Amino acid sequence: MPIVEKSKKQTRQILYNFAFLDDVAKREIRRKILKAVAVPGYQVPFGSREMPIARGWGTGGLQITLSLIEPSDTLKVIDQGCDYSVNAVNIKKFVQAVTGVRITTDTTEATLIQTRHRIPEEPMTEDQILVLQVPYPEALREVEPSEQKTRAMHAEGDYGRMWLFLYEDIIHYGEVRLSYRYPVLVNNKYIMDPSPIPRWDVPKLNMARTLFLFGAGREKRIYAVPPYTSVEPLQFEDHPFRVESFAGKRCERCGAEDTYLDEIIAEDGVTRHYYCSDTSFCDKRRRT
Amino acid sequence: MGYVAVKGGEQAIENACNLFAYQRIKGGSRPLAVKQIEEQLYLLIDRVMGEGSLYAPELAALAVKQAAGDTLEASFMLRAYRTTLPRIASTLPGSTARMRIFRRISASFKDVPGGQVLGPTSDYTLRLLNFDLFDETKASAQLFRRFVEHNLRSHERLPDTFPKVIEILRTEGLIVNPKSAGYSDESDGEPFDITRESLVFPAARSARLQAMARGETGGLLLLAYSSMRGYGDVHPIVGELRVGYLPVVVPDPYTKAPRVAGEVKVTEAEIIARYDSGSGKPLFTVGYGLCFGQNEIKAISMAILDRAMEAAENNSPANDQEFVLSHIDGIESMGFCNHWKLPHYVDFQSDLDRLRKAQAYHADRGKEQKTDTTNSL
Amino acid sequence: MKPLLKVSRLSKRYGNGCLFCANENGAGLVGNQCPHCKSVFACRDVSFDLFPDEVLGIVGESGSGKSTLVRLLHFEEEATGGEVFLNASTGEEKSQNVLALGPFAKRQLRNRKFGIVYQNPQMGLRMDVSAGGNVAEKLLAAGWRNVGLIRERAGELLKKTEIPLSRMDEAPRNFSGGMQQRVQIAKALSNKPRILLLDEVTTGLDLSVQARVLDLIKNLQRELKLSALVVSHDLGVIRLLCHRTIVMRYGRVVESGLTDQILEDPQHPYTQLLVSSRL
Repeated sequence: MPIVEKSKKQTRQILYNFAFLDDVAKREIRRKILKAVAVPGYQVPFGSREMPIARGWGTGGLQITLSLIEPSDTLKVIDQGCDYSVNAVNIKKFVQAVTGVRITTDTTEATLIQTRHRIPEEPMTEDQILVLQVPYPEALREVEPSEQKTRAMHAEGDYGRMWLFLYEDIIHYGEVRLSYRYPVLVNNKYIMDPSPIPRWDVPKLNMARTLFLFGAGREKRIYAVPPYTSVEPLQFEDHPFRVESFAGKRCERCGAEDTYLDEIIAEDGVTRHYYCSDTSFCDKRRRT
Repeated sequence: MGYVAVKGGEQAIENACNLFAYQRIKGGSRPLAVKQIEEQLYLLIDRVMGEGSLYAPELAALAVKQAAGDTLEASFMLRAYRTTLPRIASTLPGSTARMRIFRRISASFKDVPGGQVLGPTSDYTLRLLNFDLFDETKASAQLFRRFVEHNLRSHERLPDTFPKVIEILRTEGLIVNPKSAGYSDESDGEPFDITRESLVFPAARSARLQAMARGETGGLLLLAYSSMRGYGDVHPIVGELRVGYLPVVVPDPYTKAPRVAGEVKVTEAEIIARYDSGSGKPLFTVGYGLCFGQNEIKAISMAILDRAMEAAENNSPANDQEFVLSHIDGIESMGFCNHWKLPHYVDFQSDLDRLRKAQAYHADRGKEQKTDTTNSL
Repeated sequence: MKPLLKVSRLSKRYGNGCLFCANENGAGLVGNQCPHCKSVFACRDVSFDLFPDEVLGIVGESGSGKSTLVRLLHFEEEATGGEVFLNASTGEEKSQNVLALGPFAKRQLRNRKFGIVYQNPQMGLRMDVSAGGNVAEKLLAAGWRNVGLIRERAGELLKKTEIPLSRMDEAPRNFSGGMQQRVQIAKALSNKPRILLLDEVTTGLDLSVQARVLDLIKNLQRELKLSALVVSHDLGVIRLLCHRTIVMRYGRVVESGLTDQILEDPQHPYTQLLVSSRL
């Protein structure tokens, strides 16, 4: 997809801004990011722009990335843990075309990482920012469809219904059925949707060294977990939150026993194979 | 591992893009000229401009061509292009009384001042396939064009402006005044800008009308239809429907004097709805719709929904503004629908883990209950 | 003794009001409606005290404003005038007009100090959530985070309200009307409320079921030393449960006093009519 179009007629040449967004848009988004950082877990409405990738394909995360990125940045983009999955490839190609920044697959090398549904296995530092793509910014949507009402529920700390939802799961199923998108309490104040990361990644948000920014383009919300902020999954004392279990399984490529694994059905339809979901980390381990 | 292959993924994606473009031309027929699409598929262009919220017939035609006729994709391209354009000026508020009209009807009176102007419409055509179009040639098209142009010339020219039916009723005190209490009106203030701010509920009427103007035609029709069928009580009569060209007036950058910068084709619908006595005297209420191009279904649906959303009770989907406004954008909804095709295997893995745990719990509980009964026996 | 709840000139007007109805004192309205601006006064200058361990009855025909009064006290609707003071027995909290609190503080108060039972169980219960879960909701809102302890407490309350424990995890949708009402009562008691609001709780139930629910309320009130406001159009209910009673008509209090006194020797013509029409 040529971003700088040069058709035969030079009059039709269209040039885009650095990082695509115009300065007014970038300024607004940066302001909203600051507000989000100042009020951890609070969803800040923003004037989400249309991007040349589809709504629901990471336009919120993309707008955050584009409003923050500088020519000196090194960018990593992952989709479901993988640097070469469709969504990551799309976004990477686009951002590189409109910024020319260096792209990497190495988590430790990147200054800015945009991700869909995973937090990298390798710990991140204060110098890095992780931008998460968010389809549903509202954790309470599970119990209340109306935006007007959920905003009031947050304002009033009216979370009884959300807890009731978890209680009901426990009495009927022995455990909370929510798998990915597990609701968390941020800074002891707001219930937040951590984006559809698996449970495995939820503990990584707690008191982390990294700034996490969440962008929902279609729903037009930005929120944040600043470094060193408490992030607690909603849990009961006698039914503690548990991450996915891969007991007895290990990655068949790198041998890891401490990573989130993808389960893959073999051609015979019966045999299961397990590989690291974080592919670049898996590659790195194999190399060393 | 299909589309998530660790290696070769990038190439596969590239190939998929190329195959899509190839599909349109592989038949070998003469490539469509953008001009042809613009002129001959003008209703499609009108729809794409509306939903893409950019008035640019030529670009819309290009988008239609590139999207192989998919209206959602074409509007999407137009909308994405729109984001990159600088805002040079804001148009001055204009009155649709100044519209250069080519079609105008009122369903509320047999005749209205200025007359009923049917103009170009498919409303009265017989929906029989015209097999002659199979053999349409440049010459046959020209012949028909001359025939129509000759016939029309015998009629008088249309006047430049028409009085507005709604205004006539308003002067008679039959229609609610938008400035009266309990009716949302912001004609004195700056309108909300949904392209710069996120909608919050309850939304201002200007925000509601904007959101609908760029809404997806089918989505608006569906909701409006639900209201007319019985999930609501608007009971509309088309007060006036007009299609024509509206002057675009911008302030001169130097003198600030208003200048006409061009004109846009729009459809405007004003529906008269069941009366209301909210402010004391019973008066008819009005619903308003206006969209780019000739898209009468959309303008009427908008007007019905505009009125429905004024209802005090959210007792039907069309009355609930959060429900309507959150779901009518074609570009948002198609994007989200398409996103389910993206890989979700990490999420599914997490789901599998939950299900396996729940199944184990279920099995344990079954065993417990069995032992319970054995004990009690 | 200091009142637990002090209600002073509480008013609720629907409509914008006008100079006429702002200045008149009752005689100028048609029923409870202003003849000029058509505003309706669901409650007008309602004042009363509720003392610890006391059950206060509010009686009146439908449309008299008694249910609106309960909704105002439960912060479900916003009052257009008046003040409400809630006295904490511990003395640490200063008596303050709770109507002036922000929405967050109001919700806290509602979750911690009040219990409510509605005429229609649909309003008070989540029909798709288990009976135990319904009782648990307020505990969860108040920060209880141990499923075992929550179930213990919910079980206790359900037992008190005569719901078999075997049905604790079943949704009230499947329950009879009387049972639903008893789950509502258990729910209302879950947070050990200072004040219980009972809005026509037996209306719509069969006579025998009514008697059982009333008995239950009476016993619980004695056992738990509850203060309660009992709204009813049924003088039988009022006689059985309430120590004192106020009579409302067209949004105003027309008479108040000891329940026996009001029922045996009504002073206001409207009360006389109510009492005689019952006989």
